[in-house]
Amino acid sequence: MNTPAPAPAVAMKGVSKSFGGIRALVDVDFEVANGEIHALLGGNGAGKSTILKILNGVHVPDSGTIAVDGIVLAEISPEASRRAGIAMIYQEMSLIPTLTVAQNVFLTREVKGRLGLIDDRVAERRARELFHMLNVEVDPRARVADLGAGQRQLTEIIKAISHRAKVLVLDEPSTALSVEDVERLFSFLRKLRDDGVAIIYVSHRMDEIAQIADRATILRDGRHVITAPLSELPVESMIEHIVGRRSRGLSDIVRGETRVGEPVLVLRNVSAADKPKNIDLTLRRGEVIGLAGLLGSGRSSLARVICGVDRVTSGEIEVGGRRVRLDSPRDAIDARMALIPEDRLRQGVIAAHSVLANVTMSILDRLRTGWLVSTPKARAVTDEQIAALRIKTSSRDAAVRTLSGGNQQKVVLGKWLATTPDILVLDEPTAGIDIGSKAEIIQLVREFASAGRAIVMISSELSELLTACDRILVMAGGRIMDDIPRADLDDPEAAGSDAVMQLQAAERRLQIAIQKALTRGPEEVHHVH
Amino acid sequence: MSISEGSAPTLAARLGLANWRQNIIYIGFVVIFVVFALALHDKGFLNPNNLLNIFRQTAMIAVMAIAMTYVLSAGEIDLSVGAVAGLASVVTAMAIDLGGPLLGVAAGLGTGIVVGVFNGLLTTRVGIPSFLTTLAMMGIAKGVAMWISDTAAVPIISKSYSFIFGGGSFGPIPVLLVWMVVLGIIGQLVLRKTTFGRQVLATGGGEVAARYSGINTRAIKFRVLVISSMAASLAGMLYAGRLQSGRFQLGEGDELSVIAAAVLGGTSLFGGVGTVVGTIVGALMIGLINNGLILMGLEFSQQLIARGAIIVLAVALSQSRR
Repeated sequence: MNTPAPAPAVAMKGVSKSFGGIRALVDVDFEVANGEIHALLGGNGAGKSTILKILNGVHVPDSGTIAVDGIVLAEISPEASRRAGIAMIYQEMSLIPTLTVAQNVFLTREVKGRLGLIDDRVAERRARELFHMLNVEVDPRARVADLGAGQRQLTEIIKAISHRAKVLVLDEPSTALSVEDVERLFSFLRKLRDDGVAIIYVSHRMDEIAQIADRATILRDGRHVITAPLSELPVESMIEHIVGRRSRGLSDIVRGETRVGEPVLVLRNVSAADKPKNIDLTLRRGEVIGLAGLLGSGRSSLARVICGVDRVTSGEIEVGGRRVRLDSPRDAIDARMALIPEDRLRQGVIAAHSVLANVTMSILDRLRTGWLVSTPKARAVTDEQIAALRIKTSSRDAAVRTLSGGNQQKVVLGKWLATTPDILVLDEPTAGIDIGSKAEIIQLVREFASAGRAIVMISSELSELLTACDRILVMAGGRIMDDIPRADLDDPEAAGSDAVMQLQAAERRLQIAIQKALTRGPEEVHHVH
Repeated sequence: MSISEGSAPTLAARLGLANWRQNIIYIGFVVIFVVFALALHDKGFLNPNNLLNIFRQTAMIAVMAIAMTYVLSAGEIDLSVGAVAGLASVVTAMAIDLGGPLLGVAAGLGTGIVVGVFNGLLTTRVGIPSFLTTLAMMGIAKGVAMWISDTAAVPIISKSYSFIFGGGSFGPIPVLLVWMVVLGIIGQLVLRKTTFGRQVLATGGGEVAARYSGINTRAIKFRVLVISSMAASLAGMLYAGRLQSGRFQLGEGDELSVIAAAVLGGTSLFGGVGTVVGTIVGALMIGLINNGLILMGLEFSQQLIARGAIIVLAVALSQSRR
């Protein structure tokens, strides 16, 4: 690829974007050539999705320009991007499940017959031609609802191609796909690349990127770090660039001495319908276990199984030494467990209701005097949680909607702490909240542990897991692939350096463990002690 | 109950202008009352008997609307209430004829339970949206009522039944007013102050969050639909007592007034927000408008137009823009 390319397919220059004081992108340059597959990499909050949304016209940058085929876009809007030939394939797909494949591909541009009526047969023939051209087998007459995830993904891409897309953006396209579907997708993408399409590929899976990408650009904290051909970027140095040197409030949190007590939660060979599979796990009093892994690795499924949201299909669960059946969240609550779910606004709080209504939702029975819910008791419980968790709210009667993200999350925590749980399961507890509140929530997790509770925590931010946890389980494909004591992740070479450096060294090691777990078969599972 | 520090600012906020939309129903009620009192002074609007008449005409709507507040708060809807009221009036009248007032009351309430269980099971177990379940039930209930009564009125001779269910009065106070007030107080108390009431609001406010919090949202939805059918049956029995007969036409079309009363009162059609006191004032407002328009001497066609316009205006004003 050292021929002096004419104009690149996409050239973004000096792009900056801030959201209410937070600088999401700072003077970023990003170029993609025609006929290349270009990986875009970075950790959470690195600015990947922001730059893609700018390219896609959803966000207007504060400064900088976008040129497509050498022509600078005069206007930045979703329509302008589409007209310039940029197509984004979303994780949540944009197909209408009740229509056929052909109808979806030609949606809003239906082929009309002589009388001005839609001619589905011509559309089906044209869709079939497109699929043939790219060597994939999808029935144009099938309803999208009846297709598997892989075929849907291909349909989505064909739809973009039929719009004469010149730049194709794929955001984590392989998450929902089986191994065979990923293979098919890759050969399809290579074919498109050879036809001159520029492809931007976002993924957290380094093994995939090594397979498919020609070049990679790495972003960190909203800045451009490096753009290089894959041949010059082995996995270790990719991780090095992604983790980089960061200073965050997390490294100030002292993990402290943990006094681990008796087992409170034991899972023996537990499986659910799809994920997780064959889980063995022992959680002890005073211990914080972290679940690490990529999207779709089964972390959240495991959390939902523990908390009675998803059904266990085989295996057994023991809580406090007694076998339990957890068929509903109520059963889990009765077994003194609590789930702080992933999707705060949908699963965690009722945003339109007051702090008091939310905090007392799970313990209404306990607040009764005779038939009625006692207002003084409800107020006392709410005030106690507001004080203990330092929830910033104008009053206990304020709607949760009016609180900041961090404080909403504290309301969810308060709701569950009010049930006096022994076991807390936190799924992405710091997602979408500011860094100050993040450190505060991690601090609270440590406090719960030293108060004798047992905690399972999921986070995509590895530095958080490393700060909060005593032990980290690495998951992939619904299974636990590795069980690493936190101390084993400390790099002896970094021992003398400052806390920030030590945390980064540990993060690199954990990253490598996660990537290794992806490529290892289940039969090779081994437990490190 | 002492006033704690925390409630002081909310009290001030409640009196402030920011929340006037929430209280539009109360303001609107007073405004309409005053307008009618001035405009219809010489037509006997303020005559005590006329005012009590408004209560008599409103009671059945109010009883059904109290239960509808629960249904809407839980994020469901019940379109079958009017037809169920008609069916219950016929069943009650026939059962009284057969075995006296006690059997009549049992049969009437039993009708409500049976219909409610059907609505509830179809909605929560089979998974048909309540909009459709109860729409179908509306036709079924009306059909059954017409069939078993041969579309004829079934007279009720029992004096005691007619007194308790609708016709009687304690001194100047009509029994219907007593029913409305007692059920209103219970309804408000249960919705605000019991575990069940809070769980109803949580289910409608955010079903997923409620389920994750350990609330059996299906059971809650089942129960509100049963309560609604039982309230509809009671309303039918009150109609029957007042008119001393059961007829399938009783309650016909009431579902619209019932839902309008609840929404006027501030209950959300989308669930999670509901107030029984507001609902009762909403029902009274509809009764007030009906009464005033009749006294004004408007024709029925004109009444319909005026009533529709006033309701749309009131609801539009009560919707705060988000």
